[in-house]
Amino acid sequence: MKTTSRIYTALVFIFLFAPIAILLVFSFNESKSLSVFGGFSIKWYRELLHDEATLESVRNTLLLAVSAMVISTVMGTAAAVGIQKLRSKWLRTALSTATDIPMTNPDIITGISLMLMFVFVGRLFGLANSLSFWTMLIAHVTFCLPYVILQVLPRLRQMDPSLPEAAQDLGCPPLRAFFKVVLPEIRPGIVTGAIMAFTLSLDDFVISYFTSGAGFQTLPVRIYNMTKKTVTPKMYALATIIFFVILALLLISNLTDQNKKKPNQ
Amino acid sequence: MKKVFCLLLACSLLTVILTGCGQSSKPSDSTPAETTVAETQAPAETDAAETTEAAAPEETTAAETAAETTAAAPAASSGPKTLNVYNWGEYISDGSEDSYDTVKEFEKWYKETYGQTVKVNYDTYASNEDMYSKLSSGAVSYDVVIPSDYMIARMVSEDMLLPLNFDNIPEYENIDESFRNLYYDPENLYSVPYAYGIVGIIWNANEVDEADATGWDLMWNDKYTGKIVQFNNSRDAFGTAMYKLGLDVNSDDKSVWDQALEELKAQRGVVYSYVMDEIFNIMESGEAAVGAYYAGDYFTMLDAQAPNVDLRFYYPDPTNYYIDAMCIPTCCQDQELAEIFINFMLSRDAAVANAEYTYYASPNRTVFTDPEYLEDLGEETIAILYPETEDFAQQYNTYAYKNLSQELLDYVNTLWENVKIN
Repeated sequence: MKTTSRIYTALVFIFLFAPIAILLVFSFNESKSLSVFGGFSIKWYRELLHDEATLESVRNTLLLAVSAMVISTVMGTAAAVGIQKLRSKWLRTALSTATDIPMTNPDIITGISLMLMFVFVGRLFGLANSLSFWTMLIAHVTFCLPYVILQVLPRLRQMDPSLPEAAQDLGCPPLRAFFKVVLPEIRPGIVTGAIMAFTLSLDDFVISYFTSGAGFQTLPVRIYNMTKKTVTPKMYALATIIFFVILALLLISNLTDQNKKKPNQ
Repeated sequence: MKKVFCLLLACSLLTVILTGCGQSSKPSDSTPAETTVAETQAPAETDAAETTEAAAPEETTAAETAAETTAAAPAASSGPKTLNVYNWGEYISDGSEDSYDTVKEFEKWYKETYGQTVKVNYDTYASNEDMYSKLSSGAVSYDVVIPSDYMIARMVSEDMLLPLNFDNIPEYENIDESFRNLYYDPENLYSVPYAYGIVGIIWNANEVDEADATGWDLMWNDKYTGKIVQFNNSRDAFGTAMYKLGLDVNSDDKSVWDQALEELKAQRGVVYSYVMDEIFNIMESGEAAVGAYYAGDYFTMLDAQAPNVDLRFYYPDPTNYYIDAMCIPTCCQDQELAEIFINFMLSRDAAVANAEYTYYASPNRTVFTDPEYLEDLGEETIAILYPETEDFAQQYNTYAYKNLSQELLDYVNTLWENVKIN
């Protein structure tokens, strides 16, 4: 029994990490092939540093992901607080269901309908380029928002509603009570929501594909467009770097989390 | 109160979405008018007199429509100019592996020659259809696009391309005569050829007998069952069968396509997999031994083949030809700048660098007669990229894929499903 469970765990880990391991190994490939290993070399990393267009798309992707994360986290938290405060239970359920709908909507539908809307609005204002960084930002906020709300709302429900009331009884103005009492209580939800928003925005291909305009392409769109020829191992190098940066960020955030918890114990 | 507000909001959202759909359902007739206006306005507002002069003569039709819409925004008239280029991915020399960085060199050259800064926004697409849907949605405006032949024919028929002012493209004289006046642009008004390719068969000499490596038959040879890869798109796959049977690939007779279908069904048993760009990995690693693809791509594979793989190449007869050409879409914001860019792409350094980077054959005489280019690629490579053809234009006009009617395309796609499912 114990051996089977061990084998099972090992299998799960292999499935999870084998693709990443392959990526890592082939990013150091001497040859241009994505399937034949021709010796160790760091030339693709060097190549990557000189590839302006790819670096530009990485910058675009990060800029977009960070902006979308900040905006959707602020908006989502505010929306969750608003929904939680509604008195009518019916309206509350209706609204939180409504905010869930975009999540269940296929990306391709969201992407196309957003594009049509942007084109329509762009025509109204007579713009030659109705798609730009800003439309992509709106699109990314749109699909990140429900995830933030989904993370924050349960935290608000768990919170004892008498806490902010007590703060106000003790003379705290409502806004200050929110920042001093409510926000620390729901912070884990906000942080998870923000991380989800960031990763979703970073990964997104379908919606970005439809809403990207001239002069602003994100990394996933750029990689897809390379498939006319073949994707170069440069992309493996890039993916490896991104993987390690994110891993480092995760480790740091987990470590600091643990350090913070200690005094409480 | 709140309910009423919500209802109002929902209603307004719905109307916005619905009108959005209504607008974009006929993009072809509304976009050109609007965009040409923007472009005629742009030069008028810049103080550079030369711009207005050059753009004026051929803009008579656009000027008529200018009165209709005045809402069009003036395109970045002040400050540095921008040029939006939309090209295939990995289809230009981009400075990697110490190659020539075409976009940067253009920016530098422009600054030196005209004393003005130009910023090139270089975007890429993965297929003609992707590019077409982006442009026809009217959502974006590009100044230079590089579609393939059949797509150019379609865009011309939908008024999506502007006639070029060849006075701004003097280097055009170096385009070989065989690449002029072809079916997709019979009067040579809209396009400047950039690269062309011919489909051939790539085979692994370590697994395939040299004696078998001839004609399209190799792709049907049951000696190599499970080692053959076929195109994973209907047009190219049917093409291989039709060339093999000597049928017309642009036929509008459905029974001709039915015949090709039988041939593809007969081939199914020997096919390892239906692939597109996966063919690079599959052939390089030796997973498959026979496959049809473009000559330029064969050299890309050759660069990365595994030690135990020995890839070779030959042209079956007849075979498919394609040409990608630079065009200016009607949504262009600065036609003169776009033409200057096209001319730059034809100039010696840029053209040679691009041809060496992409490994596709160039229709530009400056390239294929350039001693450095010939030496860099080597005799064997040149012999494959530029095969002796008696009458290229005639071969091309007969065997290249042309735009099929929508009805026929749907029919062929149904047949194609048939091949893949059963």
